[in-house]
Amino acid sequence: MATVLERVTKVIVDRLGVEENEVKLEASFTGDLGADSLDVVELVMELEDEFDMEISDEDAEGMATVGDAVSYIEKKQA
Amino acid sequence: MSDLTGKTAIITGASRGIGAEIAKRFAEAGANVVVNYSGSQQKAEAVVEAIKQNGGEAIAVKANVADAEAVKAMVEETMAAFGSVDILVNNAGITRDNLMMRMKDDEWDDVINTNLKGVFVCTKAVTRQMMKQRSGRIVNIASIVGVMGNAGQANYVASKAGVIGLTKTTARELASRGITANAVAPGFITTDMTDQLNEDIQKSMMSQIPLGRFGKPEEVAKAALFLASDEASYMTGQTLHLDGGMVM
Ligand SMILES: NC(=O)c1ccc[n+]([C@@H]2O[C@H](COP(=O)([O-])OP(=O)(O)OC[C@H]3O[C@@H](n4cnc5c(N)ncnc54)[C@H](OP(=O)(O)O)[C@@H]3O)[C@@H](O)[C@H]2O)c1
Repeated sequence: MATVLERVTKVIVDRLGVEENEVKLEASFTGDLGADSLDVVELVMELEDEFDMEISDEDAEGMATVGDAVSYIEKKQA
Repeated sequence: MSDLTGKTAIITGASRGIGAEIAKRFAEAGANVVVNYSGSQQKAEAVVEAIKQNGGEAIAVKANVADAEAVKAMVEETMAAFGSVDILVNNAGITRDNLMMRMKDDEWDDVINTNLKGVFVCTKAVTRQMMKQRSGRIVNIASIVGVMGNAGQANYVASKAGVIGLTKTTARELASRGITANAVAPGFITTDMTDQLNEDIQKSMMSQIPLGRFGKPEEVAKAALFLASDEASYMTGQTLHLDGGMVM
């Protein structure tokens, strides 16, 4: 079973077309990974599908980095 | 010919008038059609029946376009029935005419809610699916009075001018995902909505129409079909005037 980080990484690589080694916990979506605001919206949609959960708009706004997303998902799954 | 084979289209306010005509046309062009309505269940079911008689696919779904929960459920029902949402036609609309001096707050609110907020709510609700699909067509039915203004229709004119602006923003926000948004601005089209106008108003409208007649719902439907089809693939953010030449 892949870890949350591995699954998040795959979604990001597919969506943003970045290299796997660029997807670090501290990497920010818009700053480091070159996402625009619409990309971030889509990314959140795909994470919702991947992890079968709803992420509210407020929560999504708080997700700036890969680490934010991973810990949010881990907390919600716990 | 514009072909919509295999596409799924949600038409809001399709139980009567222009929306019913759009639903039938789109079905003829091969689309699976969702006939949305707010109150006229029997009329909506009659539209579905007519489409099926003609060999098309359609379902009727009740939802107030300004109610986000109901609209979300409509999109889910559409996905369950047809598996995609390729086209949204925001057609539902109402009038509550009055001189501005006499206009009540609830007349203002009702029209802005249905005509403008409704377009926002429905557009937002289909965007997720269209973004995933990397394609989509949004066609908003505005009105020529949203361009030229009209005494006695402050609420309606503001809503329709708002729809034209919203169309442009939708076009810009979603262009990179293969989604286009365009509007049709009809002039005076013969439907229930215009039948309620008195003869004096009808006469004075007529005098402003170079083509010298009112339009027909099927003429609006043809323009909507064009905008919803691949024929209009390089067009987004535009408003087509369909008004017998009232505004040029
Ligand atoms: N007729 C014209 O001359 C003209 C000119 C310019 C623009 N337009 C625009 O064209 C569109 C259609 O007009 P029309 O003349 O065909 O009107 P209409 O004959 O009065 O039909 C209006 C349709 O909208 C539906 N509707 C109303 N409120 C709704 C709501 N809250 N949620 C969902 N559906 C709702 C109605 O459903 P129910 O039957 O269930 O009530 C009906 O199907 C409108 O946006 C109108 O502003 C018309």
